[in-house]
Amino acid sequence: MNKEYTITIFTENKIGLLHRITVIFTRRHLSIASLNTSESEVRGIYRFTIVVNTTEAMVQTVTRQIEKQIGILKAFYHTEDEIVYQEIALYKVPTKAFADGDDVESLIRKYNARILTIEPEYTVVEKTGHKEDTQQLFRELEPFGILQFTRSGRVALTKQIREITSYLKDLEQYYKESEDEVLTYN
Amino acid sequence: METKTKTTRANGNEVVTKITGAEALLRSLLAEDVETVFGYIGGAIMPVYDAMYNYQDRIKHVMVRHEQGAIHAAQGYARIKRKPGVCFTTSGPGATNLVTGLADAMLDSTPLVCITGQVAAGLLGTDAFQETDVVSVSMPITKWNYQVTSADEIPEAIAKAFFIANSGRPGPVLLDIAKNAQMEEMEYAYEQLTAVSSYVPRPKPAINSIEAAAELINTCERPLVLLGQGVAISGAEDEFRTFVEKAGLPVASTLLGLSSFPGNHSLYTGMLGMHGNYAPNVNTNQCDLLIAIGMRFDDRVTGNLATYAKQAKVIHIEIDPSEIDKNVKTDVAINADARQALELLIPMVKPNSHAEWLATFGELHKTEFEKVISRDIHPKDDKMRMGEVVNTLSEITNGEAIIVSDVGQHQMATARYYNYRKQNSWITSGGLGTMGFGIPAGMGVALAEPERPVFVIVGDGGFQMTLQELGTIAQYQLPVKIILMNNNFLGMVRQWQELFFESRYANTELVNPDFLKIAEGFGVPGKQLFDRNRLKEELQALMVLEGPFVLEVKVEKEGNIFPMIPAGGTVSEMRLD
Ligand SMILES: Cc1ncc(C[n+]2csc(CCOP(=O)(O)OP(=O)(O)O)c2C)c(N)n1
Repeated sequence: MNKEYTITIFTENKIGLLHRITVIFTRRHLSIASLNTSESEVRGIYRFTIVVNTTEAMVQTVTRQIEKQIGILKAFYHTEDEIVYQEIALYKVPTKAFADGDDVESLIRKYNARILTIEPEYTVVEKTGHKEDTQQLFRELEPFGILQFTRSGRVALTKQIREITSYLKDLEQYYKESEDEVLTYN
Repeated sequence: METKTKTTRANGNEVVTKITGAEALLRSLLAEDVETVFGYIGGAIMPVYDAMYNYQDRIKHVMVRHEQGAIHAAQGYARIKRKPGVCFTTSGPGATNLVTGLADAMLDSTPLVCITGQVAAGLLGTDAFQETDVVSVSMPITKWNYQVTSADEIPEAIAKAFFIANSGRPGPVLLDIAKNAQMEEMEYAYEQLTAVSSYVPRPKPAINSIEAAAELINTCERPLVLLGQGVAISGAEDEFRTFVEKAGLPVASTLLGLSSFPGNHSLYTGMLGMHGNYAPNVNTNQCDLLIAIGMRFDDRVTGNLATYAKQAKVIHIEIDPSEIDKNVKTDVAINADARQALELLIPMVKPNSHAEWLATFGELHKTEFEKVISRDIHPKDDKMRMGEVVNTLSEITNGEAIIVSDVGQHQMATARYYNYRKQNSWITSGGLGTMGFGIPAGMGVALAEPERPVFVIVGDGGFQMTLQELGTIAQYQLPVKIILMNNNFLGMVRQWQELFFESRYANTELVNPDFLKIAEGFGVPGKQLFDRNRLKEELQALMVLEGPFVLEVKVEKEGNIFPMIPAGGTVSEMRLD
């Protein structure tokens, strides 16, 4: 059964890693619904957030295949109830839409959106929320003529208690323990 | 250009020796105990070859005739030596000619370090002459790859490449070195790596899963061990044998697991998969416990997953966590190196024999022998069969030669009828099924193991894919004995056409050249064989021959390989004819 999964990947900042990650999806003919990357709470460690619609068996395999790439520290997948997430949407609408009555303004208030800039020709509105919310506002603004629209990738934090720093400690422990071990084969 | 070693005085008194990136590369290879490199020169790698000029006494460079030949030779070399095979190519076409070998090594977990030259860093991305973005091209078919754009990066990149290629689940690594990095000077220092951040090559086996596995093994009635290449890679052949002998576990091997366990052992029940043996395939769906070690449940092994061993509990010992639960759900997963896991398991399993269960394999084998094997090795008509050739070779060599094969019917015949008695004796292209692999891989094997006889079994189709390497074989007088099974067809595909496409032989019949003239033209002697009565004699002659040889055996044109599980079929419904 297909479901929406959010994959969180912690990486070192290495050129080409994004390519390595995306080919794993391409091979399985999986479409990436959204992708976001930024530095995490640990300096030098980057966090990718990828949203896909697929089965649990698939997301599990894909996550493990991602995790084994060199330069990737850890990869997890989560369902919606296991994360706290947001997306941000920007709407460019004609400024004159505000002149024809209070409708647009009340929409903005109702949706807790905010106005980023007002120019004589256009106004840019920002709304943060889940996709359904930003989509709903899109639909409501549509009759007024949307000039441009964009939605960001999902950013998500996990509810799990164990943080990446504790996995990093495990890794360090592993390196310490295998210091005297010969890890290559010949 | 000359390799310069310049001594400059930094800070007024400290003496710092500077060498070029190209020389640093060679010194780094020496630090990794590299003795042999397979390669082919071109513009973007010229500084390295120039530096090699002074290193000829320390690094043997084998000049192949095509870069695909270099990488397959490196694969053969690597698998026998169990250390990374190394190849050099130029940028662009030189680098892209590696693609097939990289894909092959990736699927068959073969450690390689491939060095490709690249245009100078300043030209990257400008569609410069012979510029190909080989890092992107090779992304999905390398375990790791990296582009070096300055000389100081070279030692560390090499150290990392060797560590990654030959640890954990081994695989191919590609380093793309820009020409300026080869020519610039740098201060050389080398340190072998023992760890790479973010990388866990050898996960520690979880004791509770070892205990759970031992419990399943000690209480099962009908166990079957699936032996994969992981056993050879981790050097666990002896532990494997101790383990199965102690607990009395019947053993079945994957294609790449062959030769890790003696073919004449009483616990050995044969090869798994599409053209494997009848008994282990049928009993896969009868056993109550599958113990898979260092194998990955490839579709050629499992057939239809929906009907694969559904009655059995599954233990999977596997170093690569992404293989666990990928195709077959496990009851107990041991994510570890095979040898480490087996060392822990051996003291925990109870002695047993499973004699009754083992006898069922014997019964099934009798059926296979009567219906298939006897007619393959003792045909009733006068046309020679691949099976009898391999069977005779097996007898003459006492199962102790190194056998390299290409891909097709002859490969399956070789896997089925050579009775491997010695470890590390079987090199073939498994996961990718690369025609053209055999001859160059055989060169690498002959260089890696000059003490043992090396036979390459190849079809008339595959022979023509990399026959230019006869030139390399002749130049270096590599003692490769090539047995060319000539059936005048792309036999394996013709068999499928016969069975599944109403014998419509579209583009499978070959218009062949005079193979012996070709060999002779390259300076390799050869002979044709039509007559069964001379088979033994000719093979014996090969055994005592010093140099290379091509023995072309004219075999039955429309012979078929049986038994067979049709693609996507059920393992236990293996066809005997
Ligand atoms: C590079 C490559 N191209 C195509 C194939 C598909 N293929 C698999 S087996 C085979 C026939 C091999 O014929 P031959 O080398 O004569 O060996 P035979 O099967 O007759 O023993 C072909 C074409 C392949 N495996 N590899």
